[in-house]
Amino acid sequence: MTTTTSVFYPSTAQIDDLLLSWGKRLLWLNMVMSFLFLYIPIVVLVAFSFNDSRLGARWEGFTLKWYGVMVSNESVLNALWNSLLVAVVSTIIATILGTMTALAMERFRFPMRKAYDGLLYLPIIIPDIVMGVSLLLFFALLLNGINTLFGLHGENAWRPGLGTVIIAHVAFNISFVTIVVRTSLKNFNKSLEEAAQDLGANEWITFRRVTLPLIIPGILGGALLAFTLSLDDFVITFFTTGPSGITLPLEVFGRIKRAISPEINAISTVMLLMSMVLIIVSQLVQKWRE
Amino acid sequence: MTTRRKAYLAILLSPGALWLFVFFVLPTLLILIYSFLERRDGGGVIWNFGMAAYLKLFSPTNDSYINDFLIIFLRSFWWAFLTTVICLLISYPLAFYIARQPPSTRSFLLFLVMIPFWTNFLVRIYAWKFILNNNGLLNSILSAFNLPRLALINTPIAVLIGLVYVSLPFMVLPLYASIGKLDFSLIEAGLDLGANYFQVFRRIFFPLTMPGIIAGSVLVFIPVAGQYVVPTILGGGKVAMLGNILAQQFGPDLNWPFGSAISVVFMILLMMGILFYFRIEQEEAI
Repeated sequence: MTTTTSVFYPSTAQIDDLLLSWGKRLLWLNMVMSFLFLYIPIVVLVAFSFNDSRLGARWEGFTLKWYGVMVSNESVLNALWNSLLVAVVSTIIATILGTMTALAMERFRFPMRKAYDGLLYLPIIIPDIVMGVSLLLFFALLLNGINTLFGLHGENAWRPGLGTVIIAHVAFNISFVTIVVRTSLKNFNKSLEEAAQDLGANEWITFRRVTLPLIIPGILGGALLAFTLSLDDFVITFFTTGPSGITLPLEVFGRIKRAISPEINAISTVMLLMSMVLIIVSQLVQKWRE
Repeated sequence: MTTRRKAYLAILLSPGALWLFVFFVLPTLLILIYSFLERRDGGGVIWNFGMAAYLKLFSPTNDSYINDFLIIFLRSFWWAFLTTVICLLISYPLAFYIARQPPSTRSFLLFLVMIPFWTNFLVRIYAWKFILNNNGLLNSILSAFNLPRLALINTPIAVLIGLVYVSLPFMVLPLYASIGKLDFSLIEAGLDLGANYFQVFRRIFFPLTMPGIIAGSVLVFIPVAGQYVVPTILGGGKVAMLGNILAQQFGPDLNWPFGSAISVVFMILLMMGILFYFRIEQEEAI
């Protein structure tokens, strides 16, 4: 039992070094694991959209046939068209209204401004399902009222559909656009606007020639966010649409509730590609803003 | 303000304000009113005011699909809490790691965090169903190695994996924003003055990154508590959350007053939770 003499007593500094090196390794490991967790599902999903097997997830060979099945499917194409229509129209309306709201909030002082500022954040904070069901109630009451008032029934009656979906998407996107545009309004020098006005430009000319060119990247950033959120939305669309207004997320939801199939993998891959395009465009806009 | 400036303000402000008032404020008020009305068979309401919907909420029923609403309330909030904690435990060291990298690596890693944020929600959930399903990828791999299959789909574990998966970017980004702003010389100062790593973390790092923790937690907790898609796809309706009972009331059950009452109670609980959370933060700050 002579080993007692050779027991190693590390100093505090050595313990600290040991902890630090292990801490660094753990940090690195956590980073690698996190990204594997985030990306493995997406990579697997895309890979198996090229799998030549109808059943399950066993690799049987490469094929493009599921993409063929997808593009020959009437309801998928129709849903894709509906999604794009809703996203484009709601983005245009929300971007215009959001930019106007941002200008009013950043360049004017008015009573209740603080309260309105708070209200603008609510559509972002409120869970989407609550907003969805409240709009469902509201549209049921509103459309019922309109149909009774104008004596519309049968074919002519107004029903929930793409119109109500667009209205709902604008309602949550105004807030997002406002926030993004306000950031770019805050970031530029107000003296430029003042100089223009001193030189005799009125508010409109100042806006057209000075403010707008400076905040255009911010407006585009807000529009891109609105477009993405609109394309992505399932819950609010689910509660505000009717049988005539099925969007791509609704179509996909109906299918994935039932089962997994390589065809859904193919549709998902196309949706991922759409997202990638949006990411690249948004990165470019971001660069431009800086 | 001159008359002209007032006119400009009115022009800028009113379209957005009108839209928000009609299509956001009014519907929210409507849900409050409907929660005090009576159910009509086949959808819609009878305009008799009463508390029936709220009483139903606090009395257990023998519904075929959802047995006890209180349990589902508690489960939704418990899972939202669990998801927030798990996300925080993964994201804090991740955000720290990213913040300590040289600028080019940093923006690349941040971009990798952003991509899932921009990709379609349903697609990401479907990816997990594809992996965890009974005939999914995980079980194909397991059976290829002659290992027993795992019945993970339609279990709480599958739902929690999905909830963490969709929430992670919402935690990493605000945490990164507040860790990235941190002055790291404060840490050296703390160490020089004889504090150990734990003390430096507890007394300097943690309080200074509190705004990021709060922001991330709110961004994760609220959407998770109201989740509908994740428990439906990965829980198969067997592990219901609040979103499922809500969809049930406004869908097949056509009990609008009851659904409205659930929404109202849900909103009140969320608001109380948020206010409580911000109170804690202020006390920490003092």
